[in-house]
Amino acid sequence: MRRPGTGPTPRPLPGSGTPRAGAPATPAADAVGTGAAEGAGASNTGRSRRRPRRPWRFAVKPTIVTLLITVGAVGMLIPFAWMLATSLKPSSALLSIPPSLIPAEPTVEPYRDVMTRFPMARVFLNSAFVAIATTLGQLVLASMSGYAFARFRFRGRNVLFFVYLATLMVPFAVTVTPLFIIVKYLGWTNSYAGLIVPPMFSAFGTFLMRQFFMNLPDELEEAATLDGASTLTTFLRVMLPISGPAFATLGIFAFMASWNSFLWPLLIVSNPDFMTLPLALATLQGLYPGQTEWNLVMAGTVISVVPMIAVFLFAQRWVIEGVSASGLKG
Amino acid sequence: MYERGPKRVLTFALFLGPSIVGVALFLVGPIVASLGLSFASWDLLTPPTFVGFGNFRRLAANAEFWSALRHTLTFLAGYIPLVMVAGLLVAVALNGRMPARNLFRALYFLPVVTSWVAAALVWKWLLNPSFGLVNNLLAQIGVAGPAWLFDPSWAMASVILASVWKDTGFVMVLLLAGLQGIPRVYYEAASIDGATEPQKLRHITLPMLAPALFFALSISLINSFQVFDQVYVMTGGGPAGATTVLVERIVKNAFSFSRMGYASAMSWVLFVLIFLTTLVFARLQRRFA
Repeated sequence: MRRPGTGPTPRPLPGSGTPRAGAPATPAADAVGTGAAEGAGASNTGRSRRRPRRPWRFAVKPTIVTLLITVGAVGMLIPFAWMLATSLKPSSALLSIPPSLIPAEPTVEPYRDVMTRFPMARVFLNSAFVAIATTLGQLVLASMSGYAFARFRFRGRNVLFFVYLATLMVPFAVTVTPLFIIVKYLGWTNSYAGLIVPPMFSAFGTFLMRQFFMNLPDELEEAATLDGASTLTTFLRVMLPISGPAFATLGIFAFMASWNSFLWPLLIVSNPDFMTLPLALATLQGLYPGQTEWNLVMAGTVISVVPMIAVFLFAQRWVIEGVSASGLKG
Repeated sequence: MYERGPKRVLTFALFLGPSIVGVALFLVGPIVASLGLSFASWDLLTPPTFVGFGNFRRLAANAEFWSALRHTLTFLAGYIPLVMVAGLLVAVALNGRMPARNLFRALYFLPVVTSWVAAALVWKWLLNPSFGLVNNLLAQIGVAGPAWLFDPSWAMASVILASVWKDTGFVMVLLLAGLQGIPRVYYEAASIDGATEPQKLRHITLPMLAPALFFALSISLINSFQVFDQVYVMTGGGPAGATTVLVERIVKNAFSFSRMGYASAMSWVLFVLIFLTTLVFARLQRRFA
């Protein structure tokens, strides 16, 4: 059942060569570990020396695990399928029992309706603009402050950095009330500034960039400094060009957090012209309480989910790194 | 940096100035203000007045607060074990050799990149008592499904179900990172000694994975104390107040009833709860991992 070619699956573990070099070359021992497929395929002597338990391990267990994982994956996908199916159903098909996961007469009408019933095109552009602006702002602020914390020497640096770190521990629910009052005082409710500027300041970004710069050798800048370049020039010409990985991790994380953000827009935006997708969807669902037009809502949901899934599929590595580095979720 | 004199000041201002101003205005300022507000009474219209521990005394006497706290802990008690076990099982399975392993990893991670509003809306419609997919599937195997979000005794279970679906991939990713850090030599050595799979899981995987497990557990706890989006969209705290949670109460009190001081006091209670939980788990980690 296992193709001989698959061999040891690629893993970011470079050490797999070492144990084999260290251990005596016993084919049986090797078969237990990583090289079972090659062992079984290449030599019959290896097979004959096996204990009876081994075929069980390789023939039955993966099948059960694969089966369970597949069932789980189907469970993971069903909500997405239901979302897509509902978004393609005419309103008349919504109340049919039993409901189908494949629409009998698929139609794009819900998409047309949701665009006319709600300024969805504008909302979509709002989400894109707010997410991109927040991300760029965070990248600039985090890289510059992170660089300063990593390389500048000044009195009070550690205290200041500790204050940054301390803000990371405080839940948003604590800051939200005064933050709202500040933003209201600035006249930023129902505005892009209110949606973009406060979330740009994240101690997490500064922390991440500081870690990144601290791991780079000082020698990188020394040459530039000896040539008389200013700190800014050194930063822009020497450090930024090699900051791609850190920027990708932080950038994708910031984009995702902004794109999926709900509570903050909910509090400061009531005008549909400034709504982002999550807020618009929640509003759309509550427009006519008790008689939600689910095909319209699901069409809006598909519109909001597809770009993020596309980002994920194209930049899986950075998405996963960003999410696991921060420990925060959308 | 080597600049001296005014240039040095300018360089500092350029690199750190904007960040410090923003962090002071939008993070540190609000935190300090919130602490001050929690000892004040303020309805936004009249000037705030100092009330000492009045807000906290009112909290202690308020049945709504206690039920919100109870619901938050109920959510936590249901969600944490389920999401940790599901995430661990999926991570261990997808760390082993398996066809289409990367595809599976991506599939399990999909809900994590979905916004909570989108996820909550889909689940609300999936769990619709008459026209939703779930109850109709249950009906096909002869089970009469509950009213889910409309039934006070099932509403929180529904929120937990949706949350486990959304976050299993998150826990999986954190644990996969831990699993990939376990040298394969250990398993090979154990195999030579004739260890069975369950024995390897018990004596190699779990102990080596303990730091990652603690990390995932702490993060999940911190996040679940702050459960809000899914509750707001799926139930709005209902039915009959069966799913009110702390953050939802804080937002309601601050922004619907304009009780700024009272809401701030509640947010500090939440903060202290999270802080203490984190401390306890840091202690436990030092002991067991």
